[in-house]
Amino acid sequence: MTTIAQSSSTSGAVTPNQPASVGTRRYEGPPSGWWFAGPAVAIIAVFFLAPIAASILLSLTDFDIYALADWQNLRFVGLQNYIQLLHSERFWIALHNTLYFVAIGGPLSVAASLGAALLLDSKLTRLKVVWRTVFFAPVVTTLVAVAIVWRYLYHTKYGLFNLALTKLGFEPIDWLGDPQWAMPAVIFLAVWKNFGYNMIIFMAGLQSIPSELYEAAEVDGAGPARRFWHVTLPMLGPTFLFVGVTTMIGFFQLFAEPYVMTQGGPGESTYSLVMLMYEQGFRWWRLGFASAVAMTIFALTLAATLLQVWLQRRAGA
Amino acid sequence: MTLIRLTENHRQRCATAIWSLAAVVMAIASVSGCGEAQETKTVVNFWAMGAEGERALPLIEEFEAAHPEIVVRVQQVPWNAAHEKLLTAFAGNSLPDVCQLGNTWIAEFDALGALTDLTDRVAASEQAGKIEPDDFFPGVWQGNVIGKRVCGLPWYVDARLLFVRTDILAQAGHAELPRTWDDWLEAMRDVQAIQPAGSYAMLAPTNEFETPVILGMQAGADMLREDGRYGDFSSEAFRRAFEFYVGIFREGLAPKDSNSMISNVVQEFERGTFAFYVTGPWNVQGFRDRLPPSLEGKWTTCPWPSPDDSWPGVAIAGGSSLVMFENASDERRQDAAWQLLEFLAQPRQQVRFTECTGNLPPGAKAWETSGMRSDPLFAGFYKQLQNVRPVPPAPEWEHIVTGELVKRADAAINGRQTVDEALAELDQRVDEILEKRRWILDRQARVQQ
Repeated sequence: MTTIAQSSSTSGAVTPNQPASVGTRRYEGPPSGWWFAGPAVAIIAVFFLAPIAASILLSLTDFDIYALADWQNLRFVGLQNYIQLLHSERFWIALHNTLYFVAIGGPLSVAASLGAALLLDSKLTRLKVVWRTVFFAPVVTTLVAVAIVWRYLYHTKYGLFNLALTKLGFEPIDWLGDPQWAMPAVIFLAVWKNFGYNMIIFMAGLQSIPSELYEAAEVDGAGPARRFWHVTLPMLGPTFLFVGVTTMIGFFQLFAEPYVMTQGGPGESTYSLVMLMYEQGFRWWRLGFASAVAMTIFALTLAATLLQVWLQRRAGA
Repeated sequence: MTLIRLTENHRQRCATAIWSLAAVVMAIASVSGCGEAQETKTVVNFWAMGAEGERALPLIEEFEAAHPEIVVRVQQVPWNAAHEKLLTAFAGNSLPDVCQLGNTWIAEFDALGALTDLTDRVAASEQAGKIEPDDFFPGVWQGNVIGKRVCGLPWYVDARLLFVRTDILAQAGHAELPRTWDDWLEAMRDVQAIQPAGSYAMLAPTNEFETPVILGMQAGADMLREDGRYGDFSSEAFRRAFEFYVGIFREGLAPKDSNSMISNVVQEFERGTFAFYVTGPWNVQGFRDRLPPSLEGKWTTCPWPSPDDSWPGVAIAGGSSLVMFENASDERRQDAAWQLLEFLAQPRQQVRFTECTGNLPPGAKAWETSGMRSDPLFAGFYKQLQNVRPVPPAPEWEHIVTGELVKRADAAINGRQTVDEALAELDQRVDEILEKRRWILDRQARVQQ
């Protein structure tokens, strides 16, 4: 067991001989290097860094339609937008809903991806290409079209899910009309829509595990469950980190599913942070306040990502 | 020209290539020639929303036939993207010359300084006997006047009122349509008494702000005070209306969760799931087409009851206006744009527009000539339009009612808050929204001093 853990940790480090100080090391090559990096750096600066800086500045003002008409109507308000945000009831509702979605939907999505990847990776599976395409299809279909179809599936009277439930002897559920069930319905759709992407990444991860490890474990007398637990999972560590972080970042940006299916309802039960931002920014045109919401979402996502990286490092160590 | 000369120098070498090139050049020349010919005409850009953009095209063709020097480019904008698109166009200085604008947006775009003041042009046109401002319903016209400036011309109107199943009402012992709130409440109670379980006296979707606002107007509430500086929802008048509104749901006369419960309004109306339904003119034709013949004469449109003896009670003046945007376009374009506005706002074109779209005309004359007034289902609207009023002219109005009023009403209806708590919180939230407006108005007042 220890050998496996060691091999995975050494394969993870890029240059084991040098101390890892990439962040502090200065560039010492010829100046022509800057010319090669220049175009990319310039594009990033103009299209990425500058808008972020502008957005941060905007979040410290009360930019709105009045300011759009006349710059004299723009006020610097410091952290007022953030304070107002923290005092607004809707922010907490949206935060609660978003965290609910991330905490339940994220792990479910990763689990579904891993399960599908394992099934497809199995030597017993036939028609792998077909299944892979079928599972990946939801990822590449337009979300709005999918959401409209799913709204039919969730329909109280004529929906497929309720038909199945009543056939099995359960009470029909008002999926999108009941505040209790609306979020689970949205989560279910999001998981179905997204698991194919992570499945592909997991499959790549599974294929890169050397078969010798499994053979060695088998010789040592490990059954399928122990092989999965002690070989597959540790070897998928870096893949897990990547999948976990990207999935979480994506799930924090919950917007299109409730926007199309429920408009944040019923009773604000699917109202997300990004919806709050959209509503403030593009419906009421309070761009200053909306920028503050955007910055808050960014800070939350960053914090959650760092936490996840730290947890996985600790688990890996 | 240079290109052609160049090709002629090389004619000997490759004649076929030259011919084809010449053909291309000629094509380009002829296309650009077309463009030049068009340049002598004045182009007016016109944005129209939703179905109007398509159905109004015959009128635009008539206008172009009557004004050969003007070309109108119509762009259709879907309603749900219109507001965003207009604001973006304003920010990017690419607004059209003429635009259809929802009545409730006029104040907002006036606050942006985007609208052309039409006062002088309207006065001149009135003297020339073209536009007749007095012919428009007063409440509708008022919505196009901000301060003393005319900012738009009414294009079509709508007003919410009650669709009523008169047969159910008669069964419950009410042969007459209700004219006061007391009559109405009594009628609803009597209807509810004979309705089976799962059916109601009224349907008023709780996600629509119009019903509580209309009832508030009827009770005499202004809803905003001091020129839109503060919310005034806790006033005695609005409180009375709000209590009446919330009471309808709490008493079980209307369903609380109507948004998700009713999937097909026409079907439920036919079944008699409710006897009163708050809706607007856009539903008349649909109901007429889809309800079975057996229901003919068993339903009608009913102007709002009133809290006192003055019938009908007031309703919101809805609909769309035509405006001109104050952008960089030159004098000639502005004149051409005005001619289009003037053309569309005259009674004769109002009739044509009604024929094309089914929308309600904004002036009384067009109601007479189009025959709408004698249509039994539209007669209720004609009566109602005598008493309509615009919503308060604050740009924040839509945010206030759709963002806050609806939520507090929902809280009161479902018993999470008392009426007083809900209204106090509503005023507090509205005051927060209006903070910027107060600051700007106060600064303007200081500058003027």
